[in-house]
Amino acid sequence: MSDDEEVVDAGYDEWLDAVRDGEGYFLSCENGHGSLPPRRVCPHCGSLEIEETPLPASGEVETFTVTHVATPNFTADTPYAVAIVRFDDVAVTGQVRGVDVEDVEVGMTVEIDVDATETTGDDLVVFHAA
Amino acid sequence: MSGVRVAGVGLTAFGASPERTGRDLFAEAGCDALADADVDRDDVEALLYGNFMGELAEHQGHQGPLMAEAVGLDAPATRFEAACASSGVAVREGVKRVRNGESDVLLVGGTERMTNLGTAGATEALAIAADDLWEVRAGMTFPGAYALMAQAYFAEYGGSREDLAEIAVKNHDNALNNEKAQYQRAIDVDTVLDAPMVSEPLGLYDSCPISDGAAAVVLVSDEFAAEHDLDASVAITGTGQGGDLMALHDREYLARSPAADEAAEEAYADAGVTPGDVEVAEVHDCFTIAEVLALESLGLCEVGEGVRAAAEGVTTRDGEMPVNLSGGLKAKGHPVGATGASQICELTMLLRGDHPNSDAVPDAECGLAHNAGGTVASAVVHILEEVEA
Repeated sequence: MSDDEEVVDAGYDEWLDAVRDGEGYFLSCENGHGSLPPRRVCPHCGSLEIEETPLPASGEVETFTVTHVATPNFTADTPYAVAIVRFDDVAVTGQVRGVDVEDVEVGMTVEIDVDATETTGDDLVVFHAA
Repeated sequence: MSGVRVAGVGLTAFGASPERTGRDLFAEAGCDALADADVDRDDVEALLYGNFMGELAEHQGHQGPLMAEAVGLDAPATRFEAACASSGVAVREGVKRVRNGESDVLLVGGTERMTNLGTAGATEALAIAADDLWEVRAGMTFPGAYALMAQAYFAEYGGSREDLAEIAVKNHDNALNNEKAQYQRAIDVDTVLDAPMVSEPLGLYDSCPISDGAAAVVLVSDEFAAEHDLDASVAITGTGQGGDLMALHDREYLARSPAADEAAEEAYADAGVTPGDVEVAEVHDCFTIAEVLALESLGLCEVGEGVRAAAEGVTTRDGEMPVNLSGGLKAKGHPVGATGASQICELTMLLRGDHPNSDAVPDAECGLAHNAGGTVASAVVHILEEVEA
């Protein structure tokens, strides 16, 4: 399901709001593992001691793909670049915006934000060149 | 502990049959498996059935009893779901039930109806195997997910689109005389490289097709096979399953599939064999890069070398270890809930000598099946060996 007005995804929706406000965070455990909400347990070590930690201001593209064939919710967005971006202890999947898709590169430094998809206007995690 | 025999196999043709219902597809595969096994319907104690997207494709949940009825079984039935590994995990459960003495005769299989959804609809349905909040909402499709892994692989170990294209060419060649395969059509490297991009670096011919189809196997205990004088010369001697974090971005490795390493390690130990004993393999090549990750996880290639295996002829029909002689998911087709069981069908026929490509491995006695779900957050591996009937 996409994020219909009626549907609330507690934990996730607040995270999007925080990123939109420039106050993004991730969950970190006492062993230094990062993850994304909603969670009660660190997925890497099982620690129950996880707390919100500010997301670093910028991250680095670890891998990316330019997608040409999309699901119906993204048809008007094609071609678009999906990237996995590492922010120190945590990585996030989103779309690189603001540069031609041909210019996206592994190792590129980017900042995170929340924007809307072209097709449905749903919330979308995006990365802009820093 | 009883040994487990594959007494019979049944496969529909894989391809586009949008008008055929799931129940009709599975009825064909299930009836053919029972006929091939020469086992009476009344002897079947349960149906273990894999299906992934039945709610989306046919508005049909609770498919276990529906499919038992379709095959004419008066037996309890359970549906298993592990994305594209749904019937692989059903086979694994069947092996455990026969081994622990709970059952002597099981029908195990799976079905997927997909082409009635169209390309966009099927792409959307497949995407639900990924993390909805963190991947699907970012626009990550399944080709997109494997493309992320392919880019990471190229960056870490090298390799090229040309290397991947050789895998597609090989698997299309293997499907040429498999009458059940979706594509019985040779392609060349340029066809793959020149095809429209789906999600870079994966193009149309790096990707398996959208397929309808069903597969079923009859599993019996050694004792039942002996008592009923069944011609069941293939045994499942090893089973293993591994898991991983759901979202790619949470994983330590983007260019490897550790869940399949775990599944393989368990299956090899269970069967008492090593990668060097495997003479033929059916692996989950939903995309060309997926065959590379599979070969490396299974220990059939060194990490970083799997990308060249097809180009160097190691895994071709005439190579030292033919991979995907059926045509693989790439050319045989990938009706996702049927795929794991279909690999057991193909391997059983390859080992017992009645597969269209058995002449490529006339002396093979040990085969391996590798079935993956999602971006390999689920992996199942089985070892099959030829034994005395």
